[in-house]
Amino acid sequence: MSFSDSIFWVFATTAVVPAFLILFTRSIVRMAFLLLGSLAGFAGLYLQLNAAFLGFTQVMVYIGGILILFLFGVMLTQRSDIPVREKVGPALAVPGFFAGLLLMAALLFIALQNPWKTHPPVPVTEPDTPVIGIKLLSTYILPFEAVSILLLAAMVGATYIARVQAPGAPDGQAELSDSNAEGRLE
Amino acid sequence: MECTLRPYLPIAVYGALVLGTGFSLTLASSIFGPRVRRLEKESTYECGSLPLGSSRERFSVKFYLVAILFVLFDIETVFLVPWAVVYRSMGLFGLLEMLAFMGILLLGFVYAWKRGGFDWE
Amino acid sequence: MTLSLSFCLHLSAAIFSIGVYGVLTRSNLIVILMSLEIMLNAVNLSLVAFGRAFLTDLTRDPSGPQVFVIMVLAVAAAEAAVGLSILLAVYRKWRTTNAGEIDLLKG
Repeated sequence: MSFSDSIFWVFATTAVVPAFLILFTRSIVRMAFLLLGSLAGFAGLYLQLNAAFLGFTQVMVYIGGILILFLFGVMLTQRSDIPVREKVGPALAVPGFFAGLLLMAALLFIALQNPWKTHPPVPVTEPDTPVIGIKLLSTYILPFEAVSILLLAAMVGATYIARVQAPGAPDGQAELSDSNAEGRLE
Repeated sequence: MECTLRPYLPIAVYGALVLGTGFSLTLASSIFGPRVRRLEKESTYECGSLPLGSSRERFSVKFYLVAILFVLFDIETVFLVPWAVVYRSMGLFGLLEMLAFMGILLLGFVYAWKRGGFDWE
Repeated sequence: MTLSLSFCLHLSAAIFSIGVYGVLTRSNLIVILMSLEIMLNAVNLSLVAFGRAFLTDLTRDPSGPQVFVIMVLAVAAAEAAVGLSILLAVYRKWRTTNAGEIDLLKG
């Protein structure tokens, strides 16, 4: 086994093992940190697949952004009287296990049976970021602009749904849904 | 050592140093540190002031909104970087495209601002 | 030596199935969203692997699948932002993030 192969095994293990451990963890905060390990493994795999830009994007967006958002979600919704834990009962776990197993078998079957017309790998020397930039602004211009509209919609929607109170709104409006809640902590 | 990851060797060394420092310092302090078991020492702040409530307190929604907007503008940065790399060869057309992209996102920013997402009172 | 396409596909299949199991069995909304992100990551990995494997001397353009992955990233970020906002709204209404307890639409 060459050095490059062993590095690949390190990254593959880093990606799979935490993702697997998430299934058996009950504390949500621990799950978030296991997810961090898995995402870092993915970033390493991207680097090894000659997708340097994607590797660093993965670190920046997933680890630096989305994961933080998940942790915020945990911190915002946990209650001091209920521990942040949960249990999977066998009524759900057994069918879920078999569904996952079946799906994995199907995917592996396709991956093994299909005669992929692969080519011998070409050594990539030039960096990929300029190519992505040129393609993004010429061939993929429509998705590029569509993404900005998607992000706009997400921004407006997230701001609205999270119910940050408008400055002129009456006081009770944002708090309306809280009226039946007992023991508010805020 | 012919390897696609060859250029990232400094990053790997840096990561190993960071992890090694963290683990070794924690390990060293747990091995060599004195163990004092008194009531004051075991308290949260170790100086006599009592903690106010549980540390499992919920956070304010304002932080959350800032985090959401951060993630969305993070994505914007992801699209900005490839454009910035080829900025000179793309010329005015690329600039206009990027301005349209940024302009649309600015609308969302203005909406969040108008809605008081950044009011910290 | 670079890693092979089939190995990446196996890895991707395994991680995707883990995500599916998480979505099917977990009851906490945050954990369901996390499992969704795992599934998206598995798909991204297979996309990048395909892009690498089908790279030839004639078309030395790796950008197609990579742009695809960037779009998936953008969608994932938007999904996480809106999904967690909905989670927050749900929590305000029901004081819980357990998907089983949110049963207003149940007949």
